[in-house]
Amino acid sequence: MADLKEIANTIRINCLKAIHAGRSGHPGGSLSIADMLAVLYFDEMNVDPGRPDWNERDRFILSKGHACPSLYVALAQRGYFPMDDALKLRKIDGFAEGHPDMRMPGIDAPSGSLGMGLSQGLGMALGARHQGLGFRTHVILGDGDMQEGNTWEAIMSAGHKKMDSLVAIYDSNKLQGDAPVSTQLNMGDVGAKVATFGWHVVYVDGHDVDVLKTALAEARATKNQPTFIVADTIKGKGVSFMEGVLFWHGSVTMTDDQLTNSLRELNHG
Amino acid sequence: MADTALQYWNVGEDVSVRDAFGRILVHQAEARSDWVLLDADVAGGTGAKPLVTEHPDRVMQFGIAEQNMMAAAGGVADTGLIPVVSTFGAFGCMRAHEQFRTAIAYPERNAKLCCSHIGLDVGPDGATAQMLEDLATMRAIPGVTVVSPADANEFMKAFPAILDHEGPVYMRIGRSPTPVVFGADYEFEIGKATRVRHGSDVTVIATGVMVARALEAAETLAGEGVSVRVVNMATIKPIDVAEVVAAAAETKGIVTAEDHNIFGGLGSAVAECTAQHYPAKIKFVGVDDTFGKSGEHDELPAMFGIDAKAIFTACKKLV
Repeated sequence: MADLKEIANTIRINCLKAIHAGRSGHPGGSLSIADMLAVLYFDEMNVDPGRPDWNERDRFILSKGHACPSLYVALAQRGYFPMDDALKLRKIDGFAEGHPDMRMPGIDAPSGSLGMGLSQGLGMALGARHQGLGFRTHVILGDGDMQEGNTWEAIMSAGHKKMDSLVAIYDSNKLQGDAPVSTQLNMGDVGAKVATFGWHVVYVDGHDVDVLKTALAEARATKNQPTFIVADTIKGKGVSFMEGVLFWHGSVTMTDDQLTNSLRELNHG
Repeated sequence: MADTALQYWNVGEDVSVRDAFGRILVHQAEARSDWVLLDADVAGGTGAKPLVTEHPDRVMQFGIAEQNMMAAAGGVADTGLIPVVSTFGAFGCMRAHEQFRTAIAYPERNAKLCCSHIGLDVGPDGATAQMLEDLATMRAIPGVTVVSPADANEFMKAFPAILDHEGPVYMRIGRSPTPVVFGADYEFEIGKATRVRHGSDVTVIATGVMVARALEAAETLAGEGVSVRVVNMATIKPIDVAEVVAAAAETKGIVTAEDHNIFGGLGSAVAECTAQHYPAKIKFVGVDDTFGKSGEHDELPAMFGIDAKAIFTACKKLV
């Protein structure tokens, strides 16, 4: 497998190309999950791009569906479909929908309405347990997901049911649609709260692929508890003028110059 | 089919459809292994308790957290197992409506939702539990099949049929004792209405508990020389267009009868159908855009105008 850092960087480059081509999309939150996607799809998960519906595959759900440009290009890089299909982001003649749709090969759950991803992952883990299937389920959650009550119902239930095949990675990038998380709905120490519901909680640097790999290995070794990885991240990571800047959360159009400047940084990163 | 072992009720008996739910769940748990029940701490209320007692391994318990249960059902379906989600109508068809839409219907997952506590049929629990909008909310979601059985026997026939139907289905479960209309030999088919009484002057298209009331009204009207056709519309979506058109073409008008708000349910579905295919006079018998209240299940229909007398009056206006 190629170097995971390099894969993550390629995800960032392709992601911004897709958002530029699509004339809209959410760059900030897409860039903050690139390293997680690299580790999941190119190291951790047992998947077969030639058989996207194989029932024993590991599952992945992007609950923060607006970050899908990174997921689409990661799937293309992994071989699920040609990169051109991912670059047709938000186009009427493609399947790279504005938020994940299951007609795209490799998408395991629809998302875009926050708060439903972890429950769907829980259902997959329950289906696996009931049928004696050994696959694991990974869900990336965003700050917005953590503000939805539905997510907390899933946290309570998964802890209660001791779902050790379920892993949630919380992309804590600290900015949401209109303002910082701290001003909109400050959630305090999310990891500590999740731990009280019976989860194994790990805190990591969400941009360090080696640390992410280790955390996922720790999740696999953890029995009778689901694992919640609090990933400390920077919104817009990798592009200096986007990092930590609220404007780049939203569905924005990237100019040619902005793309060129971004790619220059990423190509030399 | 293991139908031989299944005991049906006698026509004319008063039976709660909840009892049919429990009976058919146990029967189907023993007949096939491809489904599980998802419950939110209301198995005693929906009628699913016998399954919990006899086959606990077939039940996934979520506690009182219906949004999680509904979205989780989408995930369960993704693994090839059929989730049968069961809760009260207000929770399944409204609180977790978006989860049903986005995590089940949009990805066309093979999941079933069976809700009790719908309509004034709920009785004493009052308005918050009397879901009068479920047919409207569920019918509005693309690709969802909506089923509303008339009695306990029809429910037991319909349940295996919805398990066999690939795709999302919503089905009503009645609560209060309701006269059994269909015998053990009745054959249920999704999308197919049944003519339970022949008649030529006017047609009552009824669903759920209103079918027995329509038959009662038709009998009274026969005494006055009015010939009433009674159609059981057990599938609200997709609606049986041919049967609606036949009623519009062959009789002087249609009375729709439902234990539901007059907006968005059976009456609306029938009117959409006639408007497009065969314009007809229609009278709507249903709850007139108001909330329910406490009272016995056999007291409320008269107060809210959904009893046999209301159907009788509506028919008289059309002949």
